[in-house]
Amino acid sequence: MTHEELLLIKKLELEEQAHHKKCLKVCVAAGCVSQNSEQVKESLEKELKSRRLEDEYHVKGVGCLGLCAAGPLVAIDEDKRMLKEINPEDAVHVVDQLKKPGTSKKECPTSMPFFQRQQKIVLENCGKIDPERIEEYIAVDGYEGLYKVLHDMNPNEVVQELIASGLRGRGGGGYPTGLKWSTVAKTQSVKKYVICNADEGDPGAFMDRAVLESDPHRILEGMAIAAYAIGADEGFIYVRAEYPLAIKRLKNAIKQAERKGLLGTNIFGTPFSFSISIRLGAGAFVCGEETALIASIEGGRGTPRPRPPYPAESGLWGKPTLINNVETLANIAPIIRKGADWYSSIGTETSKGTKVFALAGQIENTGLIEVPMGITLRDIIFEIGGGIPNGKAFKAVQTGGPSGGCIPADHLDTAVDYESLTRLGSIMGSGGMILIDETSDMVEVARYFMEFCMSESCGKCVPCRVGTAQIYDLLSKISGGEAVDQDLSLLEDLCDVVKNTSLCGLGQSAPNPVLSTLKYFRKEYLTKIQQPEAAH
Amino acid sequence: MPNGSNIKVKTLKIDGKDVSAREDQTILDVCKENGVFIPTLCHLEGLSNIGACRLCMVEVEGSKKLFPSCTTAITEGMSVITQTDRLKHYRKMILELIFAERNHTCSVCVSNSHCDLQYLGQKMGIDHVRVPYRFPKQSVDASHPYFQLDHNRCILCTRCVRVCEEIEGAHVWDVSGRGINAKVITDLNQPWGTSETCTTCGKCVNVCPTGALSDKGRSVAEMTKRREFVALLANRRKEKV
Amino acid sequence: MKVKIATVWLDGCSGCHMSFLDMDERILSIADKIELVYSPLVDHKTFPDMVDVTIVEGAVASTDDLAKIKKIRAHSKILIALGDCAVNANVPSMRNPIPVDEIINRAYVENALINKDMPVHPALPPLLKRVMPVHEVVKVDLFIQGCPPKNDTIFFAIAELLEGRVPDLTTMTRFGA
Repeated sequence: MTHEELLLIKKLELEEQAHHKKCLKVCVAAGCVSQNSEQVKESLEKELKSRRLEDEYHVKGVGCLGLCAAGPLVAIDEDKRMLKEINPEDAVHVVDQLKKPGTSKKECPTSMPFFQRQQKIVLENCGKIDPERIEEYIAVDGYEGLYKVLHDMNPNEVVQELIASGLRGRGGGGYPTGLKWSTVAKTQSVKKYVICNADEGDPGAFMDRAVLESDPHRILEGMAIAAYAIGADEGFIYVRAEYPLAIKRLKNAIKQAERKGLLGTNIFGTPFSFSISIRLGAGAFVCGEETALIASIEGGRGTPRPRPPYPAESGLWGKPTLINNVETLANIAPIIRKGADWYSSIGTETSKGTKVFALAGQIENTGLIEVPMGITLRDIIFEIGGGIPNGKAFKAVQTGGPSGGCIPADHLDTAVDYESLTRLGSIMGSGGMILIDETSDMVEVARYFMEFCMSESCGKCVPCRVGTAQIYDLLSKISGGEAVDQDLSLLEDLCDVVKNTSLCGLGQSAPNPVLSTLKYFRKEYLTKIQQPEAAH
Repeated sequence: MPNGSNIKVKTLKIDGKDVSAREDQTILDVCKENGVFIPTLCHLEGLSNIGACRLCMVEVEGSKKLFPSCTTAITEGMSVITQTDRLKHYRKMILELIFAERNHTCSVCVSNSHCDLQYLGQKMGIDHVRVPYRFPKQSVDASHPYFQLDHNRCILCTRCVRVCEEIEGAHVWDVSGRGINAKVITDLNQPWGTSETCTTCGKCVNVCPTGALSDKGRSVAEMTKRREFVALLANRRKEKV
Repeated sequence: MKVKIATVWLDGCSGCHMSFLDMDERILSIADKIELVYSPLVDHKTFPDMVDVTIVEGAVASTDDLAKIKKIRAHSKILIALGDCAVNANVPSMRNPIPVDEIINRAYVENALINKDMPVHPALPPLLKRVMPVHEVVKVDLFIQGCPPKNDTIFFAIAELLEGRVPDLTTMTRFGA
């Protein structure tokens, strides 16, 4: 593959797309697929064909259109319009009203803040391109970033660009990505690895899955750029087996990239070679932890080990290893294409760029959104998210998954970035946001997350293995109205021990949902302890 | 000591006292060498360190984080604090969590008075366990002709797993299950007595800190253990290399 | 005034009481300072209104134990858990992983040679679902581990208490001692 060939593919693809003036885009990411969107696509094709409209309108499967709650979604008129809740039987109706916009009962107003207030970098191609065709990715400047680094930049310049961009790890920790790259780049080793952590496991989080299903090539390109920057020639994508669609599209994307010479040896005619393999995880939450993930790829039991040594120094098979999360890698190509200055102009002082959030729980617009860092929780939940359904009042938002915490109404005007959420006793985490309304019981919320951590603990270290089980039992006791006053101090004591002595992040953050609900909703705990009959 | 001449010597402070150490030593190594007591359970000299029991956590001046001394390498000028109220509090709670996890009925245990857990409980001043005992239903595997495994007493330190893999080279033992349901297994979770990989060397039995692994036919308090051989064997091998 | 002492026997083997008696002639040295107001060793039938020190042997295993220990706690200034059964439920708790019905059935029906019948009588207090250490039910002020604790340990503990000190028993006893 040469640059000219890449440009030619782009040109041909754009011509092809221009040929079909109009396009019906059917969401074929997991949310809509689970609602039969693939059959919707087929029946639309059939209907258009039967009316001999197939030359005028082209039906295409695209990645996530965002508003999962209203799926299956179909975008028409260059995405100016969208139809929601389309069943395969609705094909006649959809085609009927193509020429009569605004007449459909199934109209999904694209003017609503959900669509208007977002800023898309990571999701820029989601819902636009067909995730199963590399040509479509190339047509939107795909692999230009890789060409640019291989042709115009030396590895250190790439690292410096990343540092300047201010990008921080989107997997949860928020560690500066450029710094991580530079650490691995500086290690002396002929063999290094790049790993894409696609072991997304937080309850209510589906950002990474959507990216993998909607725009897989973006991850491959991000990994290749990373590999060039740090001096690696081999990469792994560690993805959970529960994401079959993401796996299928990744496999397809890798094959396509290999055929086009965008993965493999001497990419773009340079000495740079890079190959990517997929490793399937069995869905253990702890395998999202770097060292456990490495152990799992190596074929061992997925348990973490103490750090240091960090994977950057001694990772996969003892070699220096760069591990980045899906969303982090999805940011790489745009940063390279558009420059660090552009990227760092978005966001807040300490947190640059955008963040993808998965809105779930008791919220009107369940789905996937991407917003600039610094936006307030209120804007996310009430503007974009459309607020709490059924006229109920907002009680709390749980961010950061089982490692995060619950934030009450008093703090809705907090501008979202890594530091502000940490100050509130929660974390950014990978980007799950679970909305909790006034009818929810916060002790039960804490108990739910503790049950998750207890069953996902690997069992290696004592505080996490036994501590989470003891905390869970105590929460059950409080919930059941059987607790006494001292149990609350024992609960706090246990949380303190588990937080400060556990081996890895899972245990260290497992008490967060309890601690944050104790901080903001202590009254609910006290009521259950002091007036157990009132609690029922 | 491999490449002895290349290893640098560093100085550091343990509880305010200046000590010197080789750069490849852990905080625990240096503490032991200098007679500073740090409680440990998963650690055993001669086996790899995994930092799992969390009893050996220490404070290092300038950091809020705690460090497992068995896996933390010393650095020049570091100041280690091994005994504080906070550490004592955590160590006690961790021990109590272990006592409450399974069914450690010391009074009827073969290893009564020869048990690392019991010893540490006393040493750390634990006179009762504050968290509720969990009383899980655990089994006993007595299928091996010479040894027996009592899951009631197992604390999942994985010394047996490591000694079998690292010293004996048989890898009979492993861990299955997750979290509170984790347990040690032989072969692919088959009865120990049917194991085709077990060499009946008894190393696992001797390194076991509690009464989980014992010789058959021992009555209460009879099961003594010899642990020194692990360090001896490990060191001999190192010298040979 | 003499210090009023009571001893109580819940679910245990009485070994701790035996060990208590093993203090032998040393009891005489404290006899003029204490008055044994309630105990399996003496003949008082009801628990007195207020006792200075109550020493409890055994775990809480039946509804009767539960009622007793709550009452005793209310009428004792200092409560001592004596021995492993009181401190960690010890041998009596070995039934805990097994459901109560199953275990009674095994003892009185499956393995019985004669009169295979579940023991049901109004005078027999039902067993609790699980046996508990005393401190899981009421507040305990001092723990003396051991199965049984040595007479020296018991003597030391009582002598220290009589001197108004909290005894440090960490080097003298342990679980299973």
